[in-house]
Amino acid sequence: MSTNTITTQKVNFKVFRFNADNDYLPYYENYTMDVTSEEVVLDILNRIKWDYDGSFSYRRSCRHGICGACAIKVNGRSTLACKESMTTMIEYFGNEITLEPLSTKRAIKDMIIDKADFWEKHASVTPYLVADIDECPSCENLVSPHDAEELNEADLCIQCGACHYACPAVEINSDFFGPAAFAAAYRFEADVRDNDANRLSYVNEEKQGVWDCVKCYECAEVCPKDINPIDKITKLHQMAFKKGVAKNNVATRHAVGFLHSIKKHGLLDEGGLVLYSEGPSIVKHIPVALQMFKKGKIVMPWNMPKSDKLDEIQKLIKSSSTVKF
Amino acid sequence: MKKLKYALFTGCTAKQSTPEQMMSTMAVARKLDIEMIELTEASCCGASHLQDYDDFLSLVLNARNIAYAEKHGLTMVTICNTCQLNTAMTKHRLDNNAELKAKVNEKLAEIGLEYKGTSNVIHFLYAIIDDFGLDKIKEMVVKPLSQFNIAPFYGCHNIRPSELHNESHKTKENPYNPTSLDDLIIACGAKNVDYEEKNKCCGFHVELQAPHTAAVLTGNAIAGATDQNADMMVTPCPLCHLKLDTQTKSASEAIGREVSLPVLHMQQMVGLALGCTPAELGLQHHVTDVNFI
Repeated sequence: MSTNTITTQKVNFKVFRFNADNDYLPYYENYTMDVTSEEVVLDILNRIKWDYDGSFSYRRSCRHGICGACAIKVNGRSTLACKESMTTMIEYFGNEITLEPLSTKRAIKDMIIDKADFWEKHASVTPYLVADIDECPSCENLVSPHDAEELNEADLCIQCGACHYACPAVEINSDFFGPAAFAAAYRFEADVRDNDANRLSYVNEEKQGVWDCVKCYECAEVCPKDINPIDKITKLHQMAFKKGVAKNNVATRHAVGFLHSIKKHGLLDEGGLVLYSEGPSIVKHIPVALQMFKKGKIVMPWNMPKSDKLDEIQKLIKSSSTVKF
Repeated sequence: MKKLKYALFTGCTAKQSTPEQMMSTMAVARKLDIEMIELTEASCCGASHLQDYDDFLSLVLNARNIAYAEKHGLTMVTICNTCQLNTAMTKHRLDNNAELKAKVNEKLAEIGLEYKGTSNVIHFLYAIIDDFGLDKIKEMVVKPLSQFNIAPFYGCHNIRPSELHNESHKTKENPYNPTSLDDLIIACGAKNVDYEEKNKCCGFHVELQAPHTAAVLTGNAIAGATDQNADMMVTPCPLCHLKLDTQTKSASEAIGREVSLPVLHMQQMVGLALGCTPAELGLQHHVTDVNFI
């Protein structure tokens, strides 16, 4: 659309309302407004408060995408209210727009949520530099531009929580640290000055750590600062193997199992991978496996298909592998 | 229209746990007169797990797969969302980083191959929508699925990260409100079902390491579609299909509610509408019964 013409259109906003002090249940209030093409979502929150209901509550501060206070959900999509243009939202969702807090079950008052779980998890990954730097150094503690490149992206995180409350694993598993905490952990693990001994193994623990990431890419999609948290999660996985922190468990064997399978067949041997990953625990998969077998969904080891020119694949694995586990 | 011809990257499940996906892909290709050259030399894409272990090796192996498509001078078609993600991601990284591309090509030279970046990589769903055309499919429908309400299940790795996927195909998909599969359902004469979980995760990738999370996600998806009166679900991803079709027991236990819906592969739905027989489309290979179709 043209950037020099300001257009106006009617939008109906369905807005989540709740006051934990008085309300038994949340409810939605409708506000219909003329929205101009220049407005951002935060302008709408302001207008609800200023023009309709002074008790309407939300967090806001910098208005410049730096403080991370105003993240909310628009039609289910986590977004930074001060950064997100209404034109884009209308393009995405039409003229019926729903405004909700990042997490309705954590709502305190309207858009304001209790972000305690986010901050606790963030704090637990030691999100600061741990280094033995001389208090009276004789020279600067230099980081080369090349080394800085590794962490620059992750360093832009404003802790808005958009990715954390968009993450399905966080919703289901309350122990899971979530994408923002992992991005913070990566920020310091990738810092050449840092020498914290525990952080990497802490974020690799089962149940809470990076291995429970479901790989849905919701975090990469929602991040208002384009930090790409899942890319940092992937790098934490890789670091764990490179630095020898990875423990021998079902999750790590599942990753390494791919290599063994590709080396042998070119393709993934599905049954072989489950066996390699689970070990004796494979018995719990037998009922489903039997059902699949009856329907012709299980290929027996002796019938396992192989890629043509398997020797090429094996040669590349030999020459291009960069990790040993 | 010129006859369409693609290099087919089948992925691993099509050869093992989802034979029906391979059967229905070929059946639909025959009906639409699309020629498929199967990349029999291709390796596994790493499914994002080899990527967790050894990033460079996974790049080299995926570049090799694409190089074979390039040798044929054809666009590579994938039939699995995760194959699509990992292959397209490799292409994106190599096409935007000359240094990395040179390093990868140094390895490929050992086997006499080169990654040039000349072949596009698209999922079969977008190949038939963009290249063949939705309107033409609609015209060819002989058995409209008009008695069915079908819930689309998009699968994460075809819609996110949207920036990557929207590079490779013409259909610009909004990851928060995707429409391609809905459009295809309508083109097949059925009614599309709108529900909250249609663009959510099925949990497949953590089935072994986080079984509870995986089961809840599967359960939520089937429950969401059921509550909007879906008769069945349809997905372009064989991994989502495996989860939704074979894991209903653990999903039901995890969410405390009995859930089960027939799930079709996108290719099976199109094939049925185009008049293929159920046997040709491999409906006999489903764990959750689809015989009523």
